[in-house]
Amino acid sequence: MMPASPAQNRDRKGEARGALCWLLAPAVLWTAFFCLLPLAVILAVSFATRGTYGGILWELSLENYRDLLHLLYGRIFGQSLLLAALTTIVCLAMGFPLAYYIARLPPRRQALWLVLIMVPFWTNFLVRTYAWIFILRTEGLMNTVLLKLGLIPTPIEILYSNSAVVLGLVYGYLPFMVLPLYAAIERVDRALIEAAWDLYADRWSVFRLVLVPLTKPGIVAGCVLVFIPSLGAFITPDLLGGARSMMVGNLIQHEYLIARDWPLGSAISIVLMALVTGAMIWYFRAQSVVDDKRGAS
Amino acid sequence: MRAPGVWLSTLSALGLAFLYLPIAVLVVFSFNASRLSATWQGLSWQWYEVLWRDEALRAATENSLLVAGVSTVIVMLLGVPAAMGLELVRARWRRVLEPMFLLPLVIPEVMMGVALLLLFVFLRMPLSLTTVIIGHVAFNLPVAIVVLRARLQKLDFRLLEAAYDLGATPWQAFRRITLPLLFPAILGAMLLAFTISLDDFIVTFFVAGPGATTLPLKVYSMIKSGLSPEINALSAVLVAVSMGLVGLSLIFQRR
Repeated sequence: MMPASPAQNRDRKGEARGALCWLLAPAVLWTAFFCLLPLAVILAVSFATRGTYGGILWELSLENYRDLLHLLYGRIFGQSLLLAALTTIVCLAMGFPLAYYIARLPPRRQALWLVLIMVPFWTNFLVRTYAWIFILRTEGLMNTVLLKLGLIPTPIEILYSNSAVVLGLVYGYLPFMVLPLYAAIERVDRALIEAAWDLYADRWSVFRLVLVPLTKPGIVAGCVLVFIPSLGAFITPDLLGGARSMMVGNLIQHEYLIARDWPLGSAISIVLMALVTGAMIWYFRAQSVVDDKRGAS
Repeated sequence: MRAPGVWLSTLSALGLAFLYLPIAVLVVFSFNASRLSATWQGLSWQWYEVLWRDEALRAATENSLLVAGVSTVIVMLLGVPAAMGLELVRARWRRVLEPMFLLPLVIPEVMMGVALLLLFVFLRMPLSLTTVIIGHVAFNLPVAIVVLRARLQKLDFRLLEAAYDLGATPWQAFRRITLPLLFPAILGAMLLAFTISLDDFIVTFFVAGPGATTLPLKVYSMIKSGLSPEINALSAVLVAVSMGLVGLSLIFQRR
């Protein structure tokens, strides 16, 4: 067979570019229709008005967003931000030593530990949340054991509270903190830490002056990865929280399925999405600042 | 760096225990004979027998397997070409298309659920297993694209060029070169999508119609209607299934 001439090759490349459209078109159409369009609809509905029987009236206004300034909704948003922030802090405090430990193990054991950290994450989220109900409730495992051992006179009432929600969220999202932290710590030049020890830095100084600045992108990534799903949590506050532990996710569900106020529910979703976007912008800023610094040095 | 000290090792072991203890407790107590589930009264299989006889549970399991199977196939039919297209397309287009594909990964799940619910209401599509499948494809497509692209980026494109130089048509090159090289990633992505679909609760919760109860919806209603040792047994089964699937997926992705 004759070798292809350059012209034929170019034709073939042109052909390949034409084929590209057919490769990408189905997924692009699908995403446009079942992802972008629903988001556009929810944005449009957030400016509409609730009909008398729960339908949607297309009288456009900012009414729904103004309603969100109402004390009750403000409290739920504040509470969600607070619980998500607490979850992030606890995950960071638990995750950093764990990630640091893994990063200093021999490579083979590092891989094993990382899989061990991820496996619970792949277990059904409902099941993992249910496990805490089983352990924490008044007649649950923890109280049964503690009462039998005589360590407490009366059962501890911790289920259906904000503490239980934070515990459940930490349990659910700890792996999201450990993995990026590990990746960042593992990349730190060990000579820099040795140098700090040689210069008589104490543990705290090594941590604060060397490790934290060098692993900042990992810290930010872990915090964002924990904060975003915690902020939008639904299952955890629904199952482990009490009457006063409602979070934004539960509020959206309530407005949609119980109060049947779809416009207000949509407005709440848009605000939630805005908060998530804010967290992501912060994340990308932090990463690019580091890149700039690396590029300059 | 110094070797990990006793302190750090203990702390890390505690961290791991924190992750595994609740799951272990559930599994152990699924074999408990007692109805009052927090006190141990001897070994028993009875809750697994109760599970096996539960008709509603069997129907939910069938629904879940159907949804996971069909949505996984659709995800791969859309995702494999899309991942390849993203690899070949000009950088300018990739910068627009990639974030668009990955968008569902950052949308809060509750929002994804209500947005799809609204769409179906506007389209006058009755909620059913079909709407559940559409929802599952929506959130699994980006997952598949991420897994497939990780593999494609490591692919040696000189092999493809060699095939073209030897006169292969694009289809032949795909079938004989790309597909075999991509196969482990495809299997890995399929298992991942299947597992995520089996486990999904939130999106399903919003877009499932009457009669479209999946396993997680059933688990949720069981938890809400009060605790019984049957839930422990069901949890143990689900833990075993998802761990098995993820184990397989990890093996395929490593090859």
